[in-house]
Amino acid sequence: AVLKKRLVKLVVNFLFYFRTDEAEPIGALLLEHCRITKEEENVFSISFIEEPERKYCFECDSEEQCQEWIEALKRASYEFMRRSLIFYRNEIQKMTGKDPLEQYGISEEARFQLATRKQ
Amino acid sequence: MKLNERSVAHYATCDSPTDHAGFLRKRVERHHHHAHHATSYQRRWFVLKGNLLFYFEERESREPVGVIVLEGCTVELCDSAEEFAFAIRFDDAGAKAYVLVADGQAAMEAWVKALSRASFDYMRLVVRELEKQLEEACTSLAACHKSPRRSSGRKRHLSNPALLPVQEKPAILENGYSTWGSGPDRDGGHSKPPPLPPRRRSAAGSPTGSPAPGLSPTLQESPVSPETACFAKLHHWYGQEIAVLRREWQERQKRGHP
Repeated sequence: AVLKKRLVKLVVNFLFYFRTDEAEPIGALLLEHCRITKEEENVFSISFIEEPERKYCFECDSEEQCQEWIEALKRASYEFMRRSLIFYRNEIQKMTGKDPLEQYGISEEARFQLATRKQ
Repeated sequence: MKLNERSVAHYATCDSPTDHAGFLRKRVERHHHHAHHATSYQRRWFVLKGNLLFYFEERESREPVGVIVLEGCTVELCDSAEEFAFAIRFDDAGAKAYVLVADGQAAMEAWVKALSRASFDYMRLVVRELEKQLEEACTSLAACHKSPRRSSGRKRHLSNPALLPVQEKPAILENGYSTWGSGPDRDGGHSKPPPLPPRRRSAAGSPTGSPAPGLSPTLQESPVSPETACFAKLHHWYGQEIAVLRREWQERQKRGHP
């Protein structure tokens, strides 16, 4: 495997990668339904649920940088945010008896309901 | 520009939550050789998941023909010959707008509402606000318990956080490989909310003040940023790729190949 130096940018739930001297990205990875795995030293990989053996590997400059990226990427999906929101909503409701989403007028939206994960 | 399109297509069609779905007519501008424009509309099946609006040729299609990333955009009603039309416009001037037509007033309103709130940034705002509220709730609850009680009984109040069962906690912070309740507990057993995704760095610096009260739609970071150019490229690319593939397939069909 050949390692190529890339500028990598995490923007919402996309990981863009650029050649280091170019302004336009050469590619992007949508970070939904993916697994971030620590590989050997300074290296992490991204793989996707429907093709788990295909790994996109990234080598960092340091172990610290590697951990930073792993933490950031694990939280990068919209689905993760959705789960966090449902979790907080539920906890607040349990503690205060009030639904915090009511003030935003979004409490009835299907995407914020606790029960359903299959639609 | 490359994209993990197989994963994207899989995400579009798998059973993860769909935030909205339905038929819409999508405006298509055709530019002919003689430089006159013909406007037509194509009926497509649209599926909104998170900040991604997929569209399919048919409801039963196994792969989307396109995806619109709903970041750095506004959704507004459209002045158009068509009734029930609305547009998705991007802050990046180079990105083309999408004009969509719904079946009726109710459908149009539902779509505009759903799409206006679909962005990742909106979601992040709400999550931050709730995290703050939860911390405040925890703090005030802890403060209640610090005050001395004169009760002779040693009964604990039911709302003591230490007694709350930690259920539905997303302990494994994976993007979709969610394993609720299993795996190492990173917070050492205390019911602490999961930490938030890192803020996108903007050219203007990163203020970390609390969000404006009342959940105003204006973000602290400018929605116009270099990143929106990336998304415009992504839309354009996906559309082109599908068009090319389609033509090739049609040609092969004509030549009698399977």
